[in-house]
Amino acid sequence: MKKIYKLENLGCANCAAKMETGIKKLKGVTDASISFMTSRLTIEADEKDMDDIIDNAQQIIKKIERKCRIVK
Amino acid sequence: MKIGELSKSQSLKSVRIILSLTLFLAILIPDKIYDLSSMTEWNWVFPFALYLSVYILIGYDVLFEAFMDIIHLKPLNENFLMGVATIGAFSLAIYNGINGKPTEGFDEGCAVLIFYQIGELFQEHATEKTRRSVSELMDIRPDHANLVSNGETVKVSPENVKIGDRVVVYPGERIPLDGRIVKGSSSLDMRSLNGESMPITAMVGDTVLSGSINLISSLEIEVDKEFYDSTASKILELVESAADKKSKTERFISKFARIYTPVVVFLALILATVPPMFMGNYGEWIHRSLSFLVVSCPCAIVISVPMTFFVAIGVCSKNQILVKGSEYLEKLDNVGVFVFDKTGTLTSGEFSIDGAYPENRAEEIMRLASIAEQNSSHPIGRSIIQAYKGNIEKGYVLENRVGLGVVATRDDDIILCGNTQLMELYGIEFKGEDPHEGNIHVAHNGQYIGMVIVSDKIKSASESAISTLEKMNVKSVMFTGDREEIAKKVAESVGISEYKASMLPQNKLSELEKLMENEEKSGRSVCFLGDGINDAPALMRAHVGISMGSIGSDAAIEASDIVLMEDDIGKLPLAKRIAQKTVRIAKENIIIPLAIKIGILILSSLGITNMWMAVFGDVGVAILAILNSLRVYKIK
Repeated sequence: MKKIYKLENLGCANCAAKMETGIKKLKGVTDASISFMTSRLTIEADEKDMDDIIDNAQQIIKKIERKCRIVK
Repeated sequence: MKIGELSKSQSLKSVRIILSLTLFLAILIPDKIYDLSSMTEWNWVFPFALYLSVYILIGYDVLFEAFMDIIHLKPLNENFLMGVATIGAFSLAIYNGINGKPTEGFDEGCAVLIFYQIGELFQEHATEKTRRSVSELMDIRPDHANLVSNGETVKVSPENVKIGDRVVVYPGERIPLDGRIVKGSSSLDMRSLNGESMPITAMVGDTVLSGSINLISSLEIEVDKEFYDSTASKILELVESAADKKSKTERFISKFARIYTPVVVFLALILATVPPMFMGNYGEWIHRSLSFLVVSCPCAIVISVPMTFFVAIGVCSKNQILVKGSEYLEKLDNVGVFVFDKTGTLTSGEFSIDGAYPENRAEEIMRLASIAEQNSSHPIGRSIIQAYKGNIEKGYVLENRVGLGVVATRDDDIILCGNTQLMELYGIEFKGEDPHEGNIHVAHNGQYIGMVIVSDKIKSASESAISTLEKMNVKSVMFTGDREEIAKKVAESVGISEYKASMLPQNKLSELEKLMENEEKSGRSVCFLGDGINDAPALMRAHVGISMGSIGSDAAIEASDIVLMEDDIGKLPLAKRIAQKTVRIAKENIIIPLAIKIGILILSSLGITNMWMAVFGDVGVAILAILNSLRVYKIK
């Protein structure tokens, strides 16, 4: 399944690219994309793993940009 | 994201920049003229204290974030690198000061952070502004709905309206959700949906689409789709999600960014350690390597390339061209052949009668067809009645067979008038097979008589669109199921030299594949244009599929990569032009910043330029690249 989230306080384009790379590597993620211009995170993964993946993605995002948050 | 919040932090930042820049100049100018370190008995400590105050004022947030990056073990984040570069400059100056040498470096440290912050502010501001202006270009989002509940109307958010609810739309308001009119009649402006400048009349029972504007009088609408499923939301979602489907250029940039910073930082380390092992003078080499850190962020490229595509998608939307992903702009730029499905793209789908076949029986065919169609409400039927000049015999019982045609009977006289399926149903053998489905076949008492040739009108914009494309060095090919003569006539009048006639639907796909194979050899792509009604497979198969005038048809939008909301083929050259310029600007935004960065790296490693030049060049080129991407707004 594909899910779309808004990212809050995404301030740097380079960071968005780094987050995307990190999230793509997460276990269970088939594809992920972050658009800096629209502040959107798109994740494709199995439905049962989705909650875990989102938690892990939030961790990655926070490490790269401290104030950036996934809006659920 | 709240805009108010952001502009508050932006204005704080701009105050900080102005304040620290003023302070900085007030220290720098006397320092350069009189040398502050020689003025007091504290020597270098006096200017150090002054510069440090500016440094902290402008850079406290950068230093804090840099500190957090260390904790998170992310040493290649830009705040951290800027922190290292500037602290390095300060440390070198202090070291020189202690050893009684001239203390250059305090000013550099401050200047780097001031320019860095100016660049950051500009980027934030430009991004915010672009986000806002692109959503304004796509101004179809309804902000409220007047829900009818217990005889009163309440203003609610469109998301809270359910299927079956009734909403009132006052004149001047946007229709919030798709539905059916249950009370009132009015004119609707649907320009933002299909580009049609003439308002349409809407009455009780008519279906209306969200996003249109009610012009004259109040309407009451029974909602039949939820907000997320309504036309306006779907179009907006399409545009929003377009940025997720990244172009090859954008994907390349992400990959490039990943290696660029580590490589530059690694080079900086080498520069700081290897040459001084042989030549000594560690201070000078470390100083040169700090300039590397200043240009180690690929930000200018990383931000301006997606921005270029994003603005382009917005500009397309403004022109009723829906692009479903940045990647399709790139592919459109690369298109070498446009394949047009004749009906609905080059021709309007409105009918005119072009005579009868075989010609020697034309009078009989038309006479019989007129009998059958005399009460018809179908546009083709009416065109036949208009085209027939003779008297129409009465007294027939007319039976309308939906989707097939009309069966007219008077005693044992039977006239069949309709499509090929009707003929087959009645077991009529007909020769001169004609794959053009629009033609009307006539049979009389079990005998096949012939057919009325129906053609659709050529769109007025077709010819100029084709000739504009030709000037852009793109080939046009027409596909049609019609007979050779009709195909030739249409092709000639719109100026297409290459066409394929009498095509069955499955031929269209294989011919398209042949063309694609051919173009792929020279690295170019093929674009298929159709109305999306019966050419979905070709739309999906082509490198780029463009459907026209298909708003309201989910299947057509689903099958295509680009949607011309307006049924105007004249928009095609514009789309191609936007694609070409966008790709060119995106490429410029990679090459120019990269060239300048490499130039700075070379000059700094030779000691020709210092950190002043490095930060000036780096921020300057970032601003330049962003301004360059905003040029996309001006494409016409």
